[in-house]
Amino acid sequence: MHPIRKQRLMMVLLIVIFSSIAIGLIMFALRENLNLFYPPSKIVSGEVPHNVKIRGGGCVKPGSVQRSEHNLDVNFVITDGVADVKVFYSGILPDLFAEGEAAVINGKINDKGELEASEVLAKHDENYMPPEVAEGMKQAGGEHQKTCETINYAR
Amino acid sequence: MNWQWFHRLGSPRWFYEKTTGWLPWIALVTFSLMIVGMVWGLAFAPLDAKQGNSYRIIYLHMPVAVLSMAGYYAMAIAGAVGLIWRMKMAFIVMVAAAPVGAVMTFLALVTGSIWGKPTWGTWWIWDARLTSVLVLFFLYMGVIALQQAYQNRDTADKACAILSLVGMVNIPIIYKSVDWWSTLHQPATIKMVGESTIDPSMKYPLLIMIAALYLFFTLAVILYTRVEVLRRESRTQWVSDLLTQAANKRR
Repeated sequence: MHPIRKQRLMMVLLIVIFSSIAIGLIMFALRENLNLFYPPSKIVSGEVPHNVKIRGGGCVKPGSVQRSEHNLDVNFVITDGVADVKVFYSGILPDLFAEGEAAVINGKINDKGELEASEVLAKHDENYMPPEVAEGMKQAGGEHQKTCETINYAR
Repeated sequence: MNWQWFHRLGSPRWFYEKTTGWLPWIALVTFSLMIVGMVWGLAFAPLDAKQGNSYRIIYLHMPVAVLSMAGYYAMAIAGAVGLIWRMKMAFIVMVAAAPVGAVMTFLALVTGSIWGKPTWGTWWIWDARLTSVLVLFFLYMGVIALQQAYQNRDTADKACAILSLVGMVNIPIIYKSVDWWSTLHQPATIKMVGESTIDPSMKYPLLIMIAALYLFFTLAVILYTRVEVLRRESRTQWVSDLLTQAANKRR
């Protein structure tokens, strides 16, 4: 390679390397703030401010969803396998909201450490399969939501 | 090593004349693959166990999202080649890739939003994946705007190349954002290493659509490049010959 071109190549590489380092450092400094939601374990350990708008997220504990018979009130428990947080919500849940699936909740933590939700979003996973395959897997004992299947609910 | 082919690639005239013959073939393959992939994906692939029919937008959403990132690399690498070898053609390709990449990113954002409403329950959320893709869109817009901002074409080309190179750091961030931080967006389905988490009956049309979109991107960039070649070479003899030829044919 011609020496001038070699020099230009070094310049190009330096631009890429230094901008990567700069952005990398910013990302590293902001690493906690870039998370979309707090897991239940952080909410329980008191790392999350109370009575301010925050987002919490985790897997909806199977068997924990309780619906009111008179209105749209619903409460359920989200967990990350380490801690549980009770969630209160009044409104329509997204179609993909289900027990054993992940959800992201917008709301405030009250003084009892419960999450009073203003919005509930369903987090779907990266698995796609036809209903027959899913049925087959369920019979074989495997739950198909990957994010939630590794969680130990037996607490 | 014989570098003749590389230097020939640097000639706008050679590129223009060669691609004239290629275009119909590339277009034929692109649109055949697109039709096969679309019909297979939208009509014949099975329903998803959880999402039902609404998952089918993946056949558009994922390929355009892949191309929005691959296209950025193409643009940045063309810019780097232009900076190092001062090749006219490399800068022309870089300039041509910007609007095509911007359209891919815009489509990825729009289709993602349409998919998000019925599945997540929201059109938009400021999570790491969605935000970094929005930044990618602005980077493309920045390159387009910067190109227009200078009177001097050489200065504009160099400035665009440097902006593309700096913005390149965003691509791995987009790709890994779903693994590094908690997001609403799910992690990657088709992985570079390891098994895909999509049933084979749904995967093949998706792979066909990705191939089709790669070809579509190539086709669109070639078309844009040809326009840019004519614009930049408008004072040369071969372009004016071409124009007289076209004018005679019309008469």
